[in-house]
Amino acid sequence: MSEHSATRNQPGLVQRFMRDTELDTRLLGMLGALALIWVGFHVYGALSNGFGAFLTPRNLWNLSVQTASIGIMACGMVLVIITRHIDLSVGSVLGFCAVIMGITQVWFLPKLVGLEHWSIWIIACVVGMVAGTLVGAIHGWLIAYLSIPAFIVTLGGLLVWRGAAFLITRGETISPLDSTFKLLGGGPNGAVGATGSWIVGIIAAIAVVAMIIMGRARRKRFDFRLRPIWAEWFIGIISVGAVVGAVLLVNAYPWPTGIVRRYAAANDIEIPEGGLFISHGFAIPVLILLAVIVVMTVVMNRTRFGRYVYAIGGNPEAAALAGINTRWMTVKIFALMGFLTGLSAVVASARLGSATNALGTLDELYVIAAAVIGGTSLSGGVGTIYGAVLGAFVMQSLQTGMVLIGFDAAVQQVVVGGVLVLAVYLDNLYRRSSK
Amino acid sequence: MSSKTNTGTPLIDMRDICISFGGVHAVDHVSVDLYPGEVVGLLGHNGAGKSTLIKILSGAYKMDSGEIYVNGERADIRSPRDARRYNIETIYQTLALADNLDAASNLFLGRELTSPLGLVDDDAMESEARKIMARLNPNFQKFKDPVSALSGGQRQSVAIARAVYFNAQILIMDEPTAALGPHETQMVSELITQLKAEGIGIFLISHDIHDVMELCDRASVMKNGKLVGTVDVADVTDDDLLSMIILGKQPGKAA
Repeated sequence: MSEHSATRNQPGLVQRFMRDTELDTRLLGMLGALALIWVGFHVYGALSNGFGAFLTPRNLWNLSVQTASIGIMACGMVLVIITRHIDLSVGSVLGFCAVIMGITQVWFLPKLVGLEHWSIWIIACVVGMVAGTLVGAIHGWLIAYLSIPAFIVTLGGLLVWRGAAFLITRGETISPLDSTFKLLGGGPNGAVGATGSWIVGIIAAIAVVAMIIMGRARRKRFDFRLRPIWAEWFIGIISVGAVVGAVLLVNAYPWPTGIVRRYAAANDIEIPEGGLFISHGFAIPVLILLAVIVVMTVVMNRTRFGRYVYAIGGNPEAAALAGINTRWMTVKIFALMGFLTGLSAVVASARLGSATNALGTLDELYVIAAAVIGGTSLSGGVGTIYGAVLGAFVMQSLQTGMVLIGFDAAVQQVVVGGVLVLAVYLDNLYRRSSK
Repeated sequence: MSSKTNTGTPLIDMRDICISFGGVHAVDHVSVDLYPGEVVGLLGHNGAGKSTLIKILSGAYKMDSGEIYVNGERADIRSPRDARRYNIETIYQTLALADNLDAASNLFLGRELTSPLGLVDDDAMESEARKIMARLNPNFQKFKDPVSALSGGQRQSVAIARAVYFNAQILIMDEPTAALGPHETQMVSELITQLKAEGIGIFLISHDIHDVMELCDRASVMKNGKLVGTVDVADVTDDDLLSMIILGKQPGKAA
């Protein structure tokens, strides 16, 4: 439809802008929705409570940390849903992995290498992620080779792994976790500080610019249509601006005065008049999420594995006829989901400072909702990593926002559930109109 | 053209092929062969076993018994990958395209071009796709769209491009014109003639007797999983072929 009007008439300013910048309308839509939620909660807070708490460095920093765990798993759920499967077990598997890591670092390793030994956090993380990968691989094998529907396998997994976590711990809470391990969950110490954040920001900015320049060079080499120079600059400036903005934001959130006082006392620093300003900077779980996003985006867009994931989702039979081993792919996809769940378990239990068998309860629903709100189609073949992570941010923003303005838990559930259904409906409308 | 006698080694020699699904003999002791530069039509009712026979050759099904020889050598085809290794390419009736991927991704599916780092090189693939499509279907422009946005003919040309691009020696075409308009059907006919001239052997599955009479050198007719017979197209009439398909009788014996 838009194609016809574009060729017949002079394309409008907006159309021309979208064409030249090659921006994804869906991405813009999601960013717009997110901005609306953020501003909405802020203004509502300002009007009804006299204080808009949402758009503050402190809240946005916390929001980023709270999103990390769900966001990491959502990156894996995208693959599962694209290939027309579902994973209902991730919450339970998260609890199971957390418990495994908990007993590794609380019950076993201290006896072997001594309490608070430097290697404990590494071994614990590896054990947790291996456990997650194995659980996922078992699910994948049952689905692919025994032809049991993913819904059933992972519904069974939801019960099995939660029960297993309880059996291992006998219902006890496993704590205290290793202090280095706990840094992976964020908090004032679990963040990289102002300088570290600038280093991360500069690397990201260089990467963005390099990608733009390399992309242009590739297009030239193959004689494809180039983006106009102004569009390249526009995208570059917006992207670098976003990076710098994020760094400024996380650096604007200082450590609480109590922690600053203790830190100053421990390091013999005189606290100046008006207090000492120590920035949080990016929290470590957020950096883990960023790394997952980058790696998974490359995997999905630039590797054969990712291409086959989409192909299987689009037409499983065609994928098999093209020589793709679809069964083995299913095992790998679920193993990857399990690995990311294990990684998410690291973040979640480190943030809590302990491991309990109830950790991650209902997470599967939030992860699936994040992926679906982010544009992953349950009928398969369609979905993006950035979409799922944005979806996770939308979910978390809604919840955080409602807590800030004092809605109680029941209302939160009603709203989150309603938004999920509404988001899928809007996505359907978008898809129909873009066809 | 059909009066030429096929001497030498056949490109494909399928001998005594059997496969059954749950007790039904879908293909029952069938033997067919194919020589370079030859088009062999496979005819029969729905469910006669044509597509099943061809899926054994393309690696989609594993036969229960029988032997396949490619260029005179025993070939072990267990998967679509194996078939491709023997330069056997297939255009399926369903086209077997992933609707959510673009033309280039479908063209190279399972055989992606990669950069030195091992990453999929989309630009190189699109560039190659543009070259082959310029030859097959010069009007084709929708390289950025998923193939679900293409017309039937455009989708067909993507499926054909995939088979032709990788230098097939043996081409299997399952109902290649079933979904096409007259213009596109003409295009496929011309392509078959051109490929034949290049020495490629083609198995053509078709319902359309006229297609077969026009394009094929020989025709093998199947009924209920069994081979009725193989005839030189020049020696038979439309009615002969029809009676083979419907009655399962060899024309010589019937006369």
